[in-house]
Amino acid sequence: MVKYFLGQSVLRSSWDQVFAAFWQRYPNPYSKHVLTEDIVHREVTPDQKLLSRRLLTKTNRMPRWAERLFPANVAHSVYVLEDSIVDPQNQTMTTFTWNINHARLMEFGLARFKSNVTKTMKGFEYILAKLQGEAPSKTLVETAKEAKEKAKETALAATEKAKDLASKAATKKQQQQQQFV
Amino acid sequence: MNSVGEACTDMKREYDQCFNRWFAEKFLKGDSSGDPCTDLFKRYQQCVQKEIPIEGLEFMGHGKEKPENSS
Repeated sequence: MVKYFLGQSVLRSSWDQVFAAFWQRYPNPYSKHVLTEDIVHREVTPDQKLLSRRLLTKTNRMPRWAERLFPANVAHSVYVLEDSIVDPQNQTMTTFTWNINHARLMEFGLARFKSNVTKTMKGFEYILAKLQGEAPSKTLVETAKEAKEKAKETALAATEKAKDLASKAATKKQQQQQQFV
Repeated sequence: MNSVGEACTDMKREYDQCFNRWFAEKFLKGDSSGDPCTDLFKRYQQCVQKEIPIEGLEFMGHGKEKPENSS
């Protein structure tokens, strides 16, 4: 069953900058999961529209329980096709993106898809800022979030380490006691 | 970015550079005076078309079924 998600965003750039950035948005800091990018078809129509097909391959990251359910999918990356029509006279660009071998995994992947769409927009804004010569800066919210996450991770790691040491000590004690029996 | 075919990556990047310049300076400005990137594109396609693991897809995702008004 095809899942449906609608998102809307506004990019603060002119249309020609956005269209140019569309072809230059990989790689960016939010696209670590995108492995390859290729134009596999391109033509200019008689009425001056640019048709293109772009092939992307992306990593197929799954939670461990999903890897157990779909072992055949673990090693495969995901193929994504993106067809687009650029119409400079009407200043419009239409794209249609779909994945080839990922349909079943999307059943529980909707949350991650939404997060990827967010990353797409962030990546787009990043590259637009770069092309316009601005230094892209992280928002204060993002920096604060990161600091909080990092603190959480450190605390968690410390707890795990303490548990680990405690259990090792307990095991050693057991072994010593057994030797006396 | 890398190409799906490792050997094609350099050709892809060369073509991309040419395309991006032509796209911004000519195509978007309505200049149809000709595409300087056709040779680079040909070279790149000759390499990458062999590496694509998907075949026979219609543009914009339409299936292989014939549309109603085709002859």
